[in-house]
Amino acid sequence: MNERADVVSLQKVSKRFERGNVLALSEIDLSVRPGEFVSLIGPSGCGKSTLLRIVGDLVAPSSGLVVVNGKSAEQARIDRDYGIVFQDAVLYDWRTAAKNIALPLEMLGWDRGRRAERVRELVELVELGGFEQHYPWQLSGGMQQRVSIARALSFDPALLLMDEPFGALDEMTRERLNMELLRIWEASGSTVVFVTHSIAEAVFLSTRVVVMSPRPGRITGIVEIDLAQPRNADTREEPHFFELVTQVRDMLRAAGADSADPISEEEEELIAAEEGLTP
Amino acid sequence: MSARLRTWGPAIAVFILGIAAWEGLVRGLGVERFLLPPLSDIGRTFWDDRETFVDAGIFTFKEALGGFLLGSGAAIVCALVLARWRPLGNALMPYAIAANAVPIIAFAPITNNWFGILSPFSKIAIAAVICFFPVMVNTLRGLTSVRPESIELMHSYAAGQREIFRRVRIPNSLPYMFAGLKVATVLAMIGAIVGDYFGGSQDALGILIRRSAGIFAFEEAWAAILVASVLGILFYAAVALAERLTMSWHPSIRGGRTE
Repeated sequence: MNERADVVSLQKVSKRFERGNVLALSEIDLSVRPGEFVSLIGPSGCGKSTLLRIVGDLVAPSSGLVVVNGKSAEQARIDRDYGIVFQDAVLYDWRTAAKNIALPLEMLGWDRGRRAERVRELVELVELGGFEQHYPWQLSGGMQQRVSIARALSFDPALLLMDEPFGALDEMTRERLNMELLRIWEASGSTVVFVTHSIAEAVFLSTRVVVMSPRPGRITGIVEIDLAQPRNADTREEPHFFELVTQVRDMLRAAGADSADPISEEEEELIAAEEGLTP
Repeated sequence: MSARLRTWGPAIAVFILGIAAWEGLVRGLGVERFLLPPLSDIGRTFWDDRETFVDAGIFTFKEALGGFLLGSGAAIVCALVLARWRPLGNALMPYAIAANAVPIIAFAPITNNWFGILSPFSKIAIAAVICFFPVMVNTLRGLTSVRPESIELMHSYAAGQREIFRRVRIPNSLPYMFAGLKVATVLAMIGAIVGDYFGGSQDALGILIRRSAGIFAFEEAWAAILVASVLGILFYAAVALAERLTMSWHPSIRGGRTE
């Protein structure tokens, strides 16, 4: 597989945070092929969110090579090659759902008619019909996250980066949105890199699960998820689903996921965000 | 209509009761008129000489409005500059906060020397300086207290600083800015009237209050104070209305939960 064909290619990527001199990521090698759904899983503070931000050129790596869509991560960001979804929906309070979805399109200079047309398609895709004119505070957490996903997909990016998008939702909503995300992924044909805490979520959604060790984050193993596509509610009942969950769990355990972690996830995200702001 | 009445009814009842209590207690208890004249006497005094009161009110309101526009405008521009160039902001912020704690009204006699006692600018300057700090500090807080992810999202769209300000920081600052502007309307009226106290045109409301009280024309002084109060309330209400129109999206305005 040559580099151009990969949507994401990481070679010996390391990240050391200046503040506290913390080695967050150590020599990460990873390739993501077109159409793949790759989950990054690991304990709090293993640097998976930082890794996602490095792919998105929101945080600069300390060393190593990052290639996104055949170009530098920076160029890929400038070319809007990816859409990103955070744990919080990060909607702008002063915009309606429809206008939040249309935000990237406005910034790309699409005219009003084209924007409205695209928003209509996306609202249908994420099943938000009837809520277009609602403001974020009028929407439930799950609906807010659907708006956020629609916004990320609006300009049809080759790559979708998702940082624990369902982490703040209740279990029921989470499972429903998992199903919807799979449907959207199949419909859009995009490539997804997905950060999660949940083993079941990672196995259910992914074509590959990348298991990471506690700080400094390293890839300790990759599990191919060969469950049949398309997946549905019954997939979670299959014996093979449980085998894969166990396999991932054992790999996490072997990597020392149980060991105490000196820096919390929130702190890490804060540091990452701050460094991202002042590159 | 009945829902409206239910919302506003209690407030209107309190208003009527308040007026009745003022009139009744002052007359019933025989309160000396230098302490508090009956409301009806104040009303009559105002009506007999309404042109003088209204003209004085407009004169002083213009001073307050001038100061408000000047001070708030400068404050918003400053906040934008300090938010855009953070090292500058970090260097100047401690002094801005310290200056915010200075009782600016103490400078009122001095501005008369700067601009001339009869110039309305001596009062406008006081009102402007007194408005500046709360608007600047509030707006700056609104411009800078943006969730990091909101900015990361903008970076993911390769947005420049201009676009980040236009699409995130400025809309985010509006609730903070309006909180500052509302405070500033009150401060501007105080600045203008207290500025008047230290001398100036005979047409000004502050002069009217001081002079009337000085010659034991208490009904006149109180009438002027009520004019100042009504103008202050209208000024505040105008800014509150502008806030409602600008931030129609905000939950506090759309009758939803507030954060």
